[in-house]
Amino acid sequence: MRDASAAALPIRIQGVTKAYGRVRALDAMDLDIRSGEFMTLLGPSGSGKTTLLMVLAGFTRPDAGSLRFGEAEMIRTPPHLRGVGMVFQNYALFPHMSVAGNVGYPLRIRRVPQAEIARRVDWALETVQLGGYGARRIDQLSGGQRQRVALARAIVFEPRILLMDEPLSALDKKLRERMQIELRQLHDKLGMTTVYVTHDQREALTMSDRIAVINHGRLMQLGDPVAIYDRPANRFVADFIGESAFLAVAVEDGEVRHEGRPLRLDAPPPRGGRLLLVLRPERLQLVASDPAPDMNHFAATVEGIVYQGDSFLLTARLGDGTEIALRDVVRRDTIAALPKPGERIVLGLNVRDTVLVPDGEG
Amino acid sequence: MAAEAIAGAFAPGDAAANAAGLRRDAARERLALFGLCSPAIVVVLIVLVIPAGWLFYVSFIGAGGAFSLENYARMIEQKSYARIFRTTFEVSLATTAICILIGYPFAYFLSQLPRRAANLCLITVLLPFWTSLLVRTYAWLVLLQKQGLVNSWAIELGLWDEPLKFVHNLSGTLIGMVHIMLPFLVLPALSSMKAIERDYMRAAASMGAGPVRAFWTVFFPLSLPGLFAGALMVFVLCLGFYVTPAVLGGGKVILVSMRIASNIELFVNWGAASALGVVLMVLTLATLWLAARFIRLERLTGAH
Repeated sequence: MRDASAAALPIRIQGVTKAYGRVRALDAMDLDIRSGEFMTLLGPSGSGKTTLLMVLAGFTRPDAGSLRFGEAEMIRTPPHLRGVGMVFQNYALFPHMSVAGNVGYPLRIRRVPQAEIARRVDWALETVQLGGYGARRIDQLSGGQRQRVALARAIVFEPRILLMDEPLSALDKKLRERMQIELRQLHDKLGMTTVYVTHDQREALTMSDRIAVINHGRLMQLGDPVAIYDRPANRFVADFIGESAFLAVAVEDGEVRHEGRPLRLDAPPPRGGRLLLVLRPERLQLVASDPAPDMNHFAATVEGIVYQGDSFLLTARLGDGTEIALRDVVRRDTIAALPKPGERIVLGLNVRDTVLVPDGEG
Repeated sequence: MAAEAIAGAFAPGDAAANAAGLRRDAARERLALFGLCSPAIVVVLIVLVIPAGWLFYVSFIGAGGAFSLENYARMIEQKSYARIFRTTFEVSLATTAICILIGYPFAYFLSQLPRRAANLCLITVLLPFWTSLLVRTYAWLVLLQKQGLVNSWAIELGLWDEPLKFVHNLSGTLIGMVHIMLPFLVLPALSSMKAIERDYMRAAASMGAGPVRAFWTVFFPLSLPGLFAGALMVFVLCLGFYVTPAVLGGGKVILVSMRIASNIELFVNWGAASALGVVLMVLTLATLWLAARFIRLERLTGAH
């Protein structure tokens, strides 16, 4: 329908600050969002991710900073002139209008001719797989259908930027997972720049081109899902995304050591301060006692084993008292051979998965 | 083991006994609910149904003490009655209209304020609401009369030279009635405005609607049910309003309620007064019926 450059705009956020009393919801935030990219703002509640989205939409007035859509400075532009589509957490569908009335609203506001409105409403409803639902009342729709109407309403005027504020949080798990795929496909099809807010790390990893992890109004890490998950930049990111245990390590003579034994690394350790080794349950494995050359080894005592159907979770304690977990898939032939509580085992961590982060929020 | 024991103990004969017992329990619950309602039912019966029935009966008793339609016939024959009913509806409509013009923006203002400030402002509506009707009415008399506060201050400030006539006429009646009736409009309108999600207006803005268009296309239609309920309440209350229009109208603006009072106090004609009461009640019920139909129509068109 349109070429990608016309369909999307880059967003440049520079030094955006918003304080509520003494709390800084946004603390000199800088973030560049590429044209046409699916960017997720990920963080715990109160991290400032929603405030940032509201600043992008124009509903929250920041104290300072610059916001550009393409070349145009937008920081003082009222929301109705920004031309961004938005999907709200609780959908905010107008209860006094039909589905078609809701989806056609932005077109009526723009005084698009009637016939053209009908055509584009049909297109938008088809796009979200709600063809033929135009005459329904909003209260006749299920949660998933409302979600789709909200989406159709946000894309029908072909905005070049689409904002979404935890749009799937009200849906049940199965529907949520299906909508994640659909939203992503829709983004790929329409090509607009999408900024998506969520506190669900799995959702962020599933859908995004890049993820901006936010906490205390500051950017903790910016990167693609693999980088965010496999190479967390600091303890907060490692802790918030995925399950992690942390092991204190020491740097002596340019070598990183745990309990006196040097760790093999595939990259130089981050500079300064105290360092922590990130131990993710699914990256650890049970190994035989002969050391493998591309692994780091940790001796531990089994504390317990929990059977979880598709996998098992083994909890163990290292020599220094750190409790760690190991998760692996259940196979018929391995299940009988699993160690028992109290048994001494050796855990292996591939060098590629041996990730160090600075202690603290960095 | 326990399950078997229970299953064994549950003979087919018990099923019928259980069903009967369950029915008895349900009946007892209904009776208890009715018992809780009974004081209200008794009160309504004594203070509403019986007097209204008696009123209805008396309206058909002529001056001679026998059954007669003369009380109703008089209303048709004498032009003054039609005029009084017209005045009553006109004054009620005008009061309702002014209440909407003043009350709706005020309720909108309150609905947009933060909670604490809104509650504070709401007191300005509620405080008079909690004060005696008679006190407020006479207070207006004091304020608005020839040597009243409004006239003397306005003349001192040079706004006008001769004292203006605010009371004992239509304007006095309307000022007083609007003031008394305002809370009945503001409260339902406010409650329906508060129920409008803030995100609706944000959504409208994100789709390109400026504040004014967003208001008229989203906020206003959604606030209509509350506004309508309030306006209906004001209108119906105005139809039977007596004290304030009697005091501030000074006999210049005659409403049905005043004619009822004079029929009893001056002419001791209970039949005529009752017939007026019956007609007013029928007209009020007709208004409510029309309003109910209008609301249903609104629902059908998907406006609500």
